[in-house]
Amino acid sequence: MHELSVTESVLEIACKHAQKAKAKKVTDIYLVIGRLSSIVDDSVQFYWDVISKDTICEEANIHFKREPAVLVCLDCQTEYTLEDDLMPCPKCGSAKIRVLSGDEFNLESIEIER
Amino acid sequence: MTGKRIKIVENILNANDQIALKNKNRIEAAGAYSINLMASPGAGKTSFILSTINAILDENVQIGVIEGDTAPVTIDSDKISAAGMPAVQVNTGGQCHLDAVMIEYALDQLPLETLDLLIVENVGNLICPAAFKLGTHSNVLISSVPEGDDKPYKYPNIYRGLDVLIINKIDLLPYLEFNMDYFRKGVEMLNPDLQTFAVSCKTNEGIENWLAWLKMRISRK
Repeated sequence: MHELSVTESVLEIACKHAQKAKAKKVTDIYLVIGRLSSIVDDSVQFYWDVISKDTICEEANIHFKREPAVLVCLDCQTEYTLEDDLMPCPKCGSAKIRVLSGDEFNLESIEIER
Repeated sequence: MTGKRIKIVENILNANDQIALKNKNRIEAAGAYSINLMASPGAGKTSFILSTINAILDENVQIGVIEGDTAPVTIDSDKISAAGMPAVQVNTGGQCHLDAVMIEYALDQLPLETLDLLIVENVGNLICPAAFKLGTHSNVLISSVPEGDDKPYKYPNIYRGLDVLIINKIDLLPYLEFNMDYFRKGVEMLNPDLQTFAVSCKTNEGIENWLAWLKMRISRK
């Protein structure tokens, strides 16, 4: 998996914004991850503990917020939330569906001390 | 000391996406069409590229290839060079996917201005390459029938982002229990009306349909 490169990006973004805000320390990092974005929380935390050492983000806690995936049926326009990885329209059974949301992969905010 | 929450909302892979955009602009400016070719190991990525090269060799189409591998070997790029096209081997150093920075580096090694088509052969993997934009025009996946008909169900993310699907090794269908309807139904749920070509690089069956699609894209550049 690619959790190492992902974790490096999180650190880079967090440090950039913390420095801009003249922070002494970053205490918390909030990530928003959609249901369709694959990422393993434990693995990110593991890499984080290693790569955040000696940075302004050392000891920051990472919080994961999961967002559901919302789909729309292209035949009957029903909107529904994905429960299995592959799910036809629960109303008309059509397989013609489009993803409306659920691929979020954002660093939403950080908490800092000045 | 005061605690303060700072709102950011930045895509975690933003840095990669920015470089992917730069790559795309470079490829556009050179007038080439570009493909990110993904598949599991052994699906026939290199064979498929060679079939494509051989089929349009005498049509004065210049094809450049970027070969991504996790180990420092040049097996694939040697095959492309032997076929008479420029190739660059990128060693990801064990990483499971190519990213935009690696492509940026590889573009420097290719005679980009002379190319009509750039094919990037991603690392054999059905998970990670789906998440990293490279800056190519289209995402193409090869799914070979010996891998089984359940792959769309097991690796949905890679199918969602596709522009073209190649079903390879169809010459083996008589020997396998591969339910094409079940396979296609899974694909349909992830990517309705996805452009799909069933081919065999061994017998060349179906390759002409893929070539027709490809040539149309190249001629628009």
